[in-house]
Amino acid sequence: MTALGDLVRWLTDPVNWEGPHGIPVRVFEHIELSAISVLVALLIAMPIALYLGHTGRAGFVAINVANVGRALPSLALLAFGLVIAISLGLGLGFWPTVFALVPLAIPPILTNAYVAVREVDRDIVDAARGMGLSEGQILRSIEVPLGLPLMLAGIRTAAVNVVATATLGALVAGGALGRFIVDGLALQEYDQLMAGALLVALLAVATEVSFAALERATVPAGMRAIR
Amino acid sequence: MKRGHKLIAALVAVAVVASACGGTGTSGSTATATATATATATAVARPDVIVGSTNFYEQITLGELYSQILEANGYKVTRKFNLGNREIVEPAIESGQIDVDAEYLATLLAFVDKNGTVAKPTTDPKATQIGLQKALDPKGLTVLDYAAATDQNGFVVTQATASSKSLKKLSDLAPIGNTLVLGGPPECPQRPFCQLGLKNTYGITFKDFKPLDSGGPLTIAALDGKQIDVGLLFTSDPSIVAKNFVLLDDDKHLQLADNIAPVVRNALLNKDDGTLPRLLDSISAKLTQAELNDMNKQVAVDKADSKAVAAAWLKKQGLIK
Repeated sequence: MTALGDLVRWLTDPVNWEGPHGIPVRVFEHIELSAISVLVALLIAMPIALYLGHTGRAGFVAINVANVGRALPSLALLAFGLVIAISLGLGLGFWPTVFALVPLAIPPILTNAYVAVREVDRDIVDAARGMGLSEGQILRSIEVPLGLPLMLAGIRTAAVNVVATATLGALVAGGALGRFIVDGLALQEYDQLMAGALLVALLAVATEVSFAALERATVPAGMRAIR
Repeated sequence: MKRGHKLIAALVAVAVVASACGGTGTSGSTATATATATATATAVARPDVIVGSTNFYEQITLGELYSQILEANGYKVTRKFNLGNREIVEPAIESGQIDVDAEYLATLLAFVDKNGTVAKPTTDPKATQIGLQKALDPKGLTVLDYAAATDQNGFVVTQATASSKSLKKLSDLAPIGNTLVLGGPPECPQRPFCQLGLKNTYGITFKDFKPLDSGGPLTIAALDGKQIDVGLLFTSDPSIVAKNFVLLDDDKHLQLADNIAPVVRNALLNKDDGTLPRLLDSISAKLTQAELNDMNKQVAVDKADSKAVAAAWLKKQGLIK
């Protein structure tokens, strides 16, 4: 119970909420780092997933290649990213961590978006084609809106994974909430360590909840009626 | 390099004992060695010497320096390098599996006298050496003269920072500290030999602290990439020479004196006519920080052979022909 008391004391100490190393700044850094990583993953995975989903080509291969991203240890990617970032003069911390997080975010985004497009009722797509819609129009006004909830589910999984793993950045001199964990361990200040872990967990849950709400909000009106 | 795992230490120590027991048979044939020595007209009988070392490049170079100067003067030297960390090497010299090794004053004193009952390491090398000798007496060991070279916490800046702000020593940082960022291991802000000590001893308050690693690649990269202005490295780090960093002089003696000194078994000194300590002292007398760091850079960065590096240095200093 003393551990819990220490944790509460640390979290309620105003000193830990101020300045350039305070909790608000670290939370902001964590969100920034996670958001950029998911954004980069989206930019890479979405065009591929939409193209493959729409044409129905090579989806199996693409998904399996992307899944390799799940198998690569983030820690190894972090080390590799550090070497690359130093040689490119991008510095420590932020970019090496993004390099480690992007491959983690790609597989769920790619798989879900591919399946979301594929799973749209073929009768609807054929009807649209019959009405003279171009392929681009079919993708934009039929496949993407209908598949959106499933795509967002993939982005949600990716975002939660990334938020939970972004703590690694502290190992390569990055900021974010991992700082509390790594510094707490180095200083043997276990209240700081636990507070960091708790904040990361809370942020991950908050990410999950907000994406779930977003998914509900984006279900097209027509699909909602069916339910 | 200063910590270890007790179980592994114990196991390896047993292995060292075993191998050393096997070795006594061969090294016991002093008669042959003495015979050859007398035959080559050096009138005195030189005792055989086993030089040991721990397991990193600096220790191996130091072991080579000691071994080669002894060999050049008629001693028969057996090298037992790379034995492990201090947890292995210190018991090995105490029990006679090795006779000589290179040590660091303050760290060895803290190691052999863990509670500081005999003496506590200080920032003064002479006082630390005297304290260390007291702690080594009951173990039958002698610490010889220490070198100017150390392997301890050191604060470095880039050549550019040093020249633009004319920095040479740590006290130069006091007036401009609030414009500079310090980088070091995450625990640095609260450690007496790091940021806390810089504040209390030198009155330096930095603009910010960036948590990195303990004198590793992150600190070097952060200095290089100008993300920090002052970084904590070990004073004998090869990157100081390789990256042309400037090691700021610890002019108010914040750091404990980890000067390099040979430690020798009394049993060996008793068999010797005084030549061995004289030879080893002559190395310590010439071993400055710059000389040590240059050798470390050649071995660790340029991947030169430590044997050749040691030989070249001894020749350059006129210690061997």
